[in-house]
Amino acid sequence: MAEESGDRKPLLSKKIDKFFTGLADAWNFVRRFFQEVFIPPYEFKEVIQQCYRIGVESLPLISLTGFIVGIVFTNQSRPSLSEFGAASWLPSLISIAVVRAMGPLVTALIAAGKVGSSIGAEIGSMKVTEQIDAMEVSATNPFKFLVVSRVLATTLMIPLLVMYTDFVALMGSFLSVNANEMVSMTTFFVQVFEAITFLDIISSVLKSVLFGFTIGIVGCYKGYNSSKGTEGVGRAANAAVVMAMFLIFIEELLVLQLVNAIRGM
Amino acid sequence: MEEREKVVEIRGLVKSFGDLDVLKGVDLDLFREENLVVLGKSGSGKSVLIKIMVGLLKQDAGTLKVLGQEVSKMNKKELNALRLKIGFSFQNSALYDSMTVRENMEFPLVRNEKNLTRKDINKRIEELLDSVGLPQTINQMPSELSGGQKKRIGIARTLILNPEIMLYDEPTAGLDPITCGDINNLILEVRDRYKTSSIVITHDLTCAKQTGDRMAVLLDGQFDAVGTFEEVFPNAEDERIKTFYDYNFINS
Repeated sequence: MAEESGDRKPLLSKKIDKFFTGLADAWNFVRRFFQEVFIPPYEFKEVIQQCYRIGVESLPLISLTGFIVGIVFTNQSRPSLSEFGAASWLPSLISIAVVRAMGPLVTALIAAGKVGSSIGAEIGSMKVTEQIDAMEVSATNPFKFLVVSRVLATTLMIPLLVMYTDFVALMGSFLSVNANEMVSMTTFFVQVFEAITFLDIISSVLKSVLFGFTIGIVGCYKGYNSSKGTEGVGRAANAAVVMAMFLIFIEELLVLQLVNAIRGM
Repeated sequence: MEEREKVVEIRGLVKSFGDLDVLKGVDLDLFREENLVVLGKSGSGKSVLIKIMVGLLKQDAGTLKVLGQEVSKMNKKELNALRLKIGFSFQNSALYDSMTVRENMEFPLVRNEKNLTRKDINKRIEELLDSVGLPQTINQMPSELSGGQKKRIGIARTLILNPEIMLYDEPTAGLDPITCGDINNLILEVRDRYKTSSIVITHDLTCAKQTGDRMAVLLDGQFDAVGTFEEVFPNAEDERIKTFYDYNFINS
């Protein structure tokens, strides 16, 4: 019994220790990003390559998902609005929902799954196969080449993808509205733009930048710190997705509180 | 007698990982233009030793001087300047698998020698690929290469910055005997052509005999025997070194 309790005590402190060490490591990783992002040399070619991979190669998936989200949300909202004779408000409702929350959130969650896991796995496997060490010993800066370029690319590309998702979702919604309520495209988009405010757009862009940074930095951090072996690579990819999604929801909540506070002023 | 120039000087080097003492006060010298083979069991700390040399790991105690400079006391800039003079060939070649052979070769070059023109870069890459006998692989991806080809390209990539010291981590691990022979010849060729001093980490005695001017056997965290192959192995009295020799040359 005494032995059991003796075993338990260090185990608990070990976990706490590990948690705080992990937190400090993550903080240092983020700090290092901000230190290195402004210092030359800049890896422009790699940033552009990553922008292409993250942005252009995600377009098919984002298009399909955004389009379906637009149609589904419109079709789900119609019965409730129709009950109150307010089906004509559909464009306004959809635009507010898409621009304020669904566009950024859906894009970020898809990107966390597609881009975050790929970054985590790629950097993790480079770590395991000593490719990062090889960069280090050839007097180059692997952090700048791998981490800074990828985080910059996600931070730049996610806002663009969000705008694209918003557009595609609204197009999906328009098709549904047009087929059922016979509303023209002009009328639909006039209502859409009347409903959204400048603050909605700003908060959406701000959120997207935050989501993009989170997806990039979490993917890179998990990959860069993956333990040896192929199992570690799988874990890094998995942890990159889970952690990024978790943080995205927290950020969504925080930005929402902030925007509501500004709106109430 | 003329004293030979030391390019690496290790004294009392200690390195532990948690409770595991890997290096327990290691002393070793590498002389200019010699090939020194470090032998030892798996997990004996051979790779740890050369990783400390390039600053990938830090020792707990002792001194390690490379080209007269104490590695542990260097700042990042000094360490990078030193790293340009050291070529590190990794056990698994460590080729960047998202890049072609050409991109792998130019990666360290374009980042460290900014004044080179595209023509100079191409010329240097082609020369080195010729010297390792693989000019045809220039546009191939690492996944399209065999294990032996990867090793050769890995060595060519480390040579692109004209290092003074070469560190080979298990250069023949996982290769067939014929390819091992080719890699061993390449190690000798690199020394003769580029006038490098090398440390070859291996547990393959054939590789050691073929490539090494001197052997150093790392057992239980210390170098138990240092000398030529003939001095260290055939008549070894230490039972562990004897087992090492017997297993490689008699059992196989």
